[in-house]
Amino acid sequence: MKANYGYLDGSGEYFITIDTDHCTECTEHGCVAACPAGLFEIIVDDYDDEVAAIKEEHRKKVKYDCGPCKPVTDRPPLPCIAACPADAITHSW
Amino acid sequence: MTTATKEYWRWKEYNWHDETMDPKGADTITAGVDIGSVSSQAVVMVNGELYAYSNMRTGSDSPDSARKAMNWALEGTGLKPDDIHYTVGTGYGRVNVPFADRAITEIACHARGGNMMYGSTVRTILDMGGQDCKAIHCDERGKVTNFLMNDKCAAGTGRGMEVFADLLNVSIEDVGDLSLAVDEEPPPVSSTCVVFAKSEASSLLREGWSTNRVLAAYCSAMAHRVVSLLERIGVEKDFAITGGIAKNSGVATRLEKELNLVSLKSKYDTQIAGALGGALFAKALVEKQRKKGG
Ligand code: SF4
Ligand code: SF4
Repeated sequence: MKANYGYLDGSGEYFITIDTDHCTECTEHGCVAACPAGLFEIIVDDYDDEVAAIKEEHRKKVKYDCGPCKPVTDRPPLPCIAACPADAITHSW
Repeated sequence: MTTATKEYWRWKEYNWHDETMDPKGADTITAGVDIGSVSSQAVVMVNGELYAYSNMRTGSDSPDSARKAMNWALEGTGLKPDDIHYTVGTGYGRVNVPFADRAITEIACHARGGNMMYGSTVRTILDMGGQDCKAIHCDERGKVTNFLMNDKCAAGTGRGMEVFADLLNVSIEDVGDLSLAVDEEPPPVSSTCVVFAKSEASSLLREGWSTNRVLAAYCSAMAHRVVSLLERIGVEKDFAITGGIAKNSGVATRLEKELNLVSLKSKYDTQIAGALGGALFAKALVEKQRKKGG
C-alpha cells in the first residue's frame, strides 16, 4: 500500500509516501532511528501488517519538520531515504 | 421577543431499518460506528446484509455520540446493543467508541464500504467528509492500495460548505442545485482557505453577484481543490464519491467535469460508507475469531 502523509496548501504539496508493501519484509526498520525529527513509527496497520508510518502529530507540519534535512542548496541525501533498504520512502518536495 | 434564527447549515438526521428482515437468531450481527468530526453513523449488518443505520451530528463527546448513533440505528428493530456480535469503531473518533471490539481507520473502512456500495470495479474513492478529504485507491476486494488524506484546513470539506450555507442563508441541502442554476459558470473564488473565501464571497455579494453565482463560484473552487488532491494519487476508473459532499450536486457535477469522468452512483446513502465498511470488517473479524474458537 502506498501511504501518503502530509498535506496540500496554498504554498504547495508536502507529502511523504511510504510503500508499505516493503515494510513487511524489513527487519531493521532503519527509517525510525535515522530520522532526526522522530517522524517515523512502526505500527500494525488495518490488515495486521507491521509497517512504517508518519506519526499523527507530524502529519500537518512535515514541511517544517523536514526543513533542517532540506537546505535550499547542496541538499544531502535525506537520512530517511538513505536508511531504507527497499527504497520505500519518497518525498514530494 | 426573541426571533428564532434559522440554522441553514443543519442537514437532516435520520435512521432506517429494513422491515422485511428478521434479525432474531441470525448467525452474525455486526456493526460499524463511524465517529466523524461533524457527523456520526452506525450501521448494523445481519449475516452480511445491510439491516439498519443512523446518521446524526457528532456531539461534543465522542463516546456519547457513538452510543446515541448505535441506539438510534437499533430503534424499533427489537435488537439491543448486546445482540451485536462484533463492533468496529472508525473515523476521527474511532478510539472513543466504548463498546467497539476493534478500531480501524476510516481509510480502510471507506474502501471496504465503497466496494459494497459501488461494486468490485471501483478503484478510486473520494471521501469528502466533514473536516477532511480522502483520496483512496483500492483493489477488487476493497483493500486499500494507495491513499492520501488532507485534513489541514476546512476548504473542500463539509464544514466549509456549512459555513458558506450559513453566510448565504441557503439551506445546505439546496446549495448544489442552486449553484447549478446559473446561466454562465463564474470563475471559482480564488481563495482556497474557508476564512478568506468567506470574505471574498461577502465582497462579491456587495458587488452585486447573485447568491446562486457565488455558490457556483464556491462549489467550483471546492471541486478544483479536490481535483488537485486526487491528481496526487491519480484517478483510476471506476470512480466514486462518498461522504456528505457526494450529495452536493454542485460540487459533484463540477468534479466530474474537471476529471472528465462520471462517478458511480449507489442505492446506499453516501454518508454511511465508513460505518458500512466497519460492519463488513466486523463480520470478517468475528468469523475469524469463531474459526479460531475464540
Ligand atoms: S526502513 Fe523502509 S522498508 Fe523498513 S520499515 Fe522503514 S520504510 Fe519500511
Ligand atoms: S527528511 Fe529528515 S526529518 Fe524529514 S522524514 Fe526524512 S529524515 Fe525525517
